Amino acid sequence: MTVRTAVALTTREYHPFEAAGRRFVYMVPSAAVFGLDETSAAVLDALGERRMSADDLADDLADRFVPDDVRQTVNELMQVHAIGEAGVLQEPMSRQMPPTPFPLTTMVLNVTNQCNLSCGYCYEYGDDKIVDTENGAQPKFMSEETARQSVEFMLEESRDIETVNLTFFGGETLMNFPVLQKTVEYARGRAAEMGKGIRFSLTTNATLLRADIIEWLADNDIGVTVSIDGPKEMQDELRVFKGNGRGTYDVVAPKVRELLRRHKSRPICARVTLTRNVLDVMRIYKHLTEEMGFWEVGFAPVTSSSSRDYAIGDEGFTAMLDQFNELAEDFLEAALENRHHGFSNIKDTIEEIHKGVSKAYPCGAGLGLMGVATDGDVALCHRFAGSDEHKLGTVESGIDHGLQQEFLEKHHLANKTDCHTCWARPLCSGGCYHEAYTRYGTTARPNLHYCEWIRSWTDTCLRIYGELAERNPGYLAIFDG
Amino acid sequence: MKHLQPINQKAGKIEHYLEHDVVALSGQPRGYTVPQQPDSPHIPMGCSLVFSPGWEVDRSGGTAGLCQPVERDLFDCHLGCFWPAHVPDQLNHSPDWTSKCAAAQKDWRSLDIIFP
Repeated sequence: MTVRTAVALTTREYHPFEAAGRRFVYMVPSAAVFGLDETSAAVLDALGERRMSADDLADDLADRFVPDDVRQTVNELMQVHAIGEAGVLQEPMSRQMPPTPFPLTTMVLNVTNQCNLSCGYCYEYGDDKIVDTENGAQPKFMSEETARQSVEFMLEESRDIETVNLTFFGGETLMNFPVLQKTVEYARGRAAEMGKGIRFSLTTNATLLRADIIEWLADNDIGVTVSIDGPKEMQDELRVFKGNGRGTYDVVAPKVRELLRRHKSRPICARVTLTRNVLDVMRIYKHLTEEMGFWEVGFAPVTSSSSRDYAIGDEGFTAMLDQFNELAEDFLEAALENRHHGFSNIKDTIEEIHKGVSKAYPCGAGLGLMGVATDGDVALCHRFAGSDEHKLGTVESGIDHGLQQEFLEKHHLANKTDCHTCWARPLCSGGCYHEAYTRYGTTARPNLHYCEWIRSWTDTCLRIYGELAERNPGYLAIFDG
Repeated sequence: MKHLQPINQKAGKIEHYLEHDVVALSGQPRGYTVPQQPDSPHIPMGCSLVFSPGWEVDRSGGTAGLCQPVERDLFDCHLGCFWPAHVPDQLNHSPDWTSKCAAAQKDWRSLDIIFP
């Protein structure tokens, strides 16, 4: 006999979405994705905003479903926390801290803070800069000695990690090519001695690429990311030479083509900064992949305070989102046929959805990733390198674990109360620290100015994920592991 | 699970946990319809700690073992409530207010009305 129960139930946190004619729920905060059948979809619909008991629901749906089936569905939905007892307080947000000491997996080495370009939006030179790289006390170029110390620091702080990542950054990285070259050689030798693997990558504006440099990058398996904003008129809008202010496209394009022709040992990626007048995502993507030959293209809206004339306004965000959605459809078409597609933004997010990542921190900054300034100061990430306020140690003395712990406690998602009612928080977790610092003057604030955008984009990614899960689940195997 | 299909890896882990850990440990047959009740009697907590329409029923719909709303409300304000409530000032004026009320369910009538 079934015991009648009057326990009132309500829905809990999840985000519903539809793909390939099927309904799904993205559970919050577990980040699990479940596919619904007719009964579970009907139960969630019937419950809606109301309070009903399992018996009420069984009665309500009796014309379409067997009551015991409804009760079982209610039970399943309760087990995954899609519904729960009304009036029972939900568990407070977990404040579980990462294990300490947390191993370093990626070190970003700012080998110089100088650049031969003066891109209007650059966070290192523009109006929103954090560190004075012109008149500040820091050396303009990292010395070979500091670079070596940094390598030792990285290998030491990586602890049991088998393979570490060393990324060179700037300024314009290639302005300190001699130190870069020697550091790669040194790091490779030291990693081998310690029985560790090491991967190298760098970001460059491509203006200083030469045949011999390209040769060296290819021979040494250095992953290359090129900062480039698209076709000539878009690239030349803000990516200009220092001094004469002339656009860089005509210099950059042939060098990039040569790089892509010669360097095949690692995928070469483009990194695009979107600004008010450079928002034609589809055209930029087609130009950089089909016409130039980049393997992947990643887009990021410019980080700036809202008053800058290159900042993207609300309308711009809507336009950008429409184009991201269009490119996402393009990606889906390719993925359904198991073809490569180079829209890296969506791949990154779909990988996180596939794994069910639920983050307490938006990124690895200050955790598994740190940035090193030219003087050897260690900060949250490359964007804060050289900032005393965001310093976590030095390569000489190591990580200050007290400071790191303080940072991690302060920036835990549990403290970002604005995020606690948002279904996108397992993936967003408040967003970029640097973006928050530029907008609100503190890394601890969630980036409330782009919440709508994040939710909409996450919804798109979930939908694309659902389509793939239904129509070509084999494709998702590339994200396993 | 019959009506929910795990799609991503996290959902798979949750299903595995539910099928192999929770259900096996609790010994509950699949598809039970009543959430497990706690072993100890249900004691409603302080008024402001849970949102509840009142103490008329407990969480499973039962009415046994409940005291009347009025005296329970007052006594709970006196004991467990963190919110400043209208109970006599036991520090200054009425230190012995509860002396005749050893068990609220039985002795609540002995609680005096106090005029400050």
